[in-house]
Amino acid sequence: MNSLLDSLRGIGARVIDGIWRMGVATRFFLMILLQSGQSFRRFHLIIREIYSAGVLSLIIILVSGLFVGMVLGLQGYETLQTYGSEEALGVLVSLSLVRELGPVVAALLFASRAGSAITAEIGLMKATEQLAAMEMMAVDPVARVVAPRFWGAVISMPLLAAMFSAMGILGGYLVGVVLIGVDEGAFWSQMQAAVDFREDILNGVLKSVVFGVAVTAIALFEGYDAPPTAEGVSRATTRTVVTSSLAILGLDFILTAFMFRGV
Amino acid sequence: MSDNLIEIRDLSFAYGKRLVLKDIELSARRGQVVAIMGISGGGKTTLLRLIGGALRPTSGVLKVDGVDMGSLDRESLYQLRRRMGMLFQFGALFTDLSVFDNVAFPLREHTDLPEEMIRDLVLMKLNAVGLRGGADLMPSELSGGMARRVALARAIALEPSLILYDEPFAGLDPISLGVTGNLIRRLTDTLGVTSIVVTHDIQESLRMVDYVYFVSDGVIAAQGTPEQLKASDEPFVHQFVHGEEDGPVPFHYPAPSYAEELELAA
Amino acid sequence: MQRATLDLWVGIFVVAGLAAVLFLALRVGNMGSFDSASTYTVKASFDNIGGLKARAPVKSAGVVVGRVSDISFDTTLYEATVSMNLDARYKFPKDTSASIMTSGLLGEQYIALEAGGEEKMLANGDAMKLTQGAVVLENLIGQFLYSKSDSETSAPDLGKME
Repeated sequence: MNSLLDSLRGIGARVIDGIWRMGVATRFFLMILLQSGQSFRRFHLIIREIYSAGVLSLIIILVSGLFVGMVLGLQGYETLQTYGSEEALGVLVSLSLVRELGPVVAALLFASRAGSAITAEIGLMKATEQLAAMEMMAVDPVARVVAPRFWGAVISMPLLAAMFSAMGILGGYLVGVVLIGVDEGAFWSQMQAAVDFREDILNGVLKSVVFGVAVTAIALFEGYDAPPTAEGVSRATTRTVVTSSLAILGLDFILTAFMFRGV
Repeated sequence: MSDNLIEIRDLSFAYGKRLVLKDIELSARRGQVVAIMGISGGGKTTLLRLIGGALRPTSGVLKVDGVDMGSLDRESLYQLRRRMGMLFQFGALFTDLSVFDNVAFPLREHTDLPEEMIRDLVLMKLNAVGLRGGADLMPSELSGGMARRVALARAIALEPSLILYDEPFAGLDPISLGVTGNLIRRLTDTLGVTSIVVTHDIQESLRMVDYVYFVSDGVIAAQGTPEQLKASDEPFVHQFVHGEEDGPVPFHYPAPSYAEELELAA
Repeated sequence: MQRATLDLWVGIFVVAGLAAVLFLALRVGNMGSFDSASTYTVKASFDNIGGLKARAPVKSAGVVVGRVSDISFDTTLYEATVSMNLDARYKFPKDTSASIMTSGLLGEQYIALEAGGEEKMLANGDAMKLTQGAVVLENLIGQFLYSKSDSETSAPDLGKME
């Protein structure tokens, strides 16, 4: 009887704790938005963060994009060949990249490259009292540290996703056209006929913006909320990667259901 | 009364239901170095955070420069903090900025001074702590004592009227410890500021401070000038000043009688 | 990192990102001449749309002039109603006919418009009267087989079975 009550109490405590954390996270997110004006007035702060979130993620994004596109080219060719429609390779590669793989894979890479870095950095700044020091210098850490990182990462994410897709399509082109010898004209023209700017490309960009906001908000909150110890920061970093990966995939399903249901 | 930069009357503070500080009476005059001492976990850091405005008193009056901290909104608190400097335990330098940029940080955040003037001011502050030559180093290249001196330069960048020190001597070798102690004294005298030092390093403190408050179990257990304390025969002060193991502050954590716990008693 | 180097890298990054978007828009996609601002919608009913899907192209004389926006089933006529967005630059007479064609033997299906001779032009919301549904391959094969064997069974029945 007692153990039953205890486990019920355990569930209750977890639920209450979870809801409470959600509330704190929401308030934190609203605070970031409220304090954003100041960071836009001092844009060089955001530029710094675009550098660390975007430029430093370039290599992994470009290389992964190229390889994903090349694999798509190979696998797609093998499958399409059985139906005698190799010319549709461009369509297959570009639609899978622009709609799904570009935004999703780029966001997953971004979460593990830039998101974890953001969490670790903010967590360590908190653990070493840098945030408290800032507060004592009458500088709001949310405005000075958190908001610029938020906007830097949110601006970087769609650009990275677009580069990922573009690299992937080039990779598919390299394998399909240059290596295997699919007709170049058919590759591009079928692609252009099938890919719609608004329906496919803009929706893909919109996805990556949503993922960028989600990943960055999670990373910042985990860092800001991390217990100020070495163990706390390392756990928060792991949680950032896990939570934001799940968030990306879950959001992707919801967004896809809304965007492409008509097809 | 206006001679006192800090006025604390009848102050209590509780974390939830746990009373951490009660009935604190404390004042610090301009130009004084005041030490808050006591055993670890006795509430002295809480007291420092109250003075810095990071916490609000549960009851009582806490005035800094005539302003009541209990009723300040965020904006006025930030206004007041521009006249405070704080030295954190391990310096809390911004690890992504160089020594120069660290000291320049409060100037850049709060003033519109041209870059040449900021440069001159920063070099002046760094010179005061003897680290002008290290302006281009990164915090990771500094020793603990040097980092604390840079943090001190940063704390005085805006020429505050109050400087708070949280354990400035913790983890320093004897030479750096003496250097830091002298620096606190000298800066207080030359800048005419008030310094509040939270520490448990009794010997260094008695050498350089003007007045000492002992905080124990949330109350002020003793106070006085270093001379008075050295001569004091109050058991608590005596134990603390001479570093004795047992006394009013027991060696043992409160526990049932030893014999009882080992079931020796019938 | 020097401020100038940082700015340079971020500048390169942003330009490269925008170039990627531009590449996607111009080289990969058909940069929308068909966004809703410059289109008008017309409807057409078909007895059978075959494999036509939303967003399939609408062509006239082989030129893409619009896209299928919506496909629904009309329960009063028991026919398929297809809405399509046509580019506002291209006007068609009222008696234009629409037919569903297939590009290649197994390729995707599209709507082909054949302009009529009337003076009045189709406006937003109008319906096209003359339509011809998809040629269902099974029907075609069926017709071919029955005409060969001179069977009495009529071909359309077979068509309804599918």
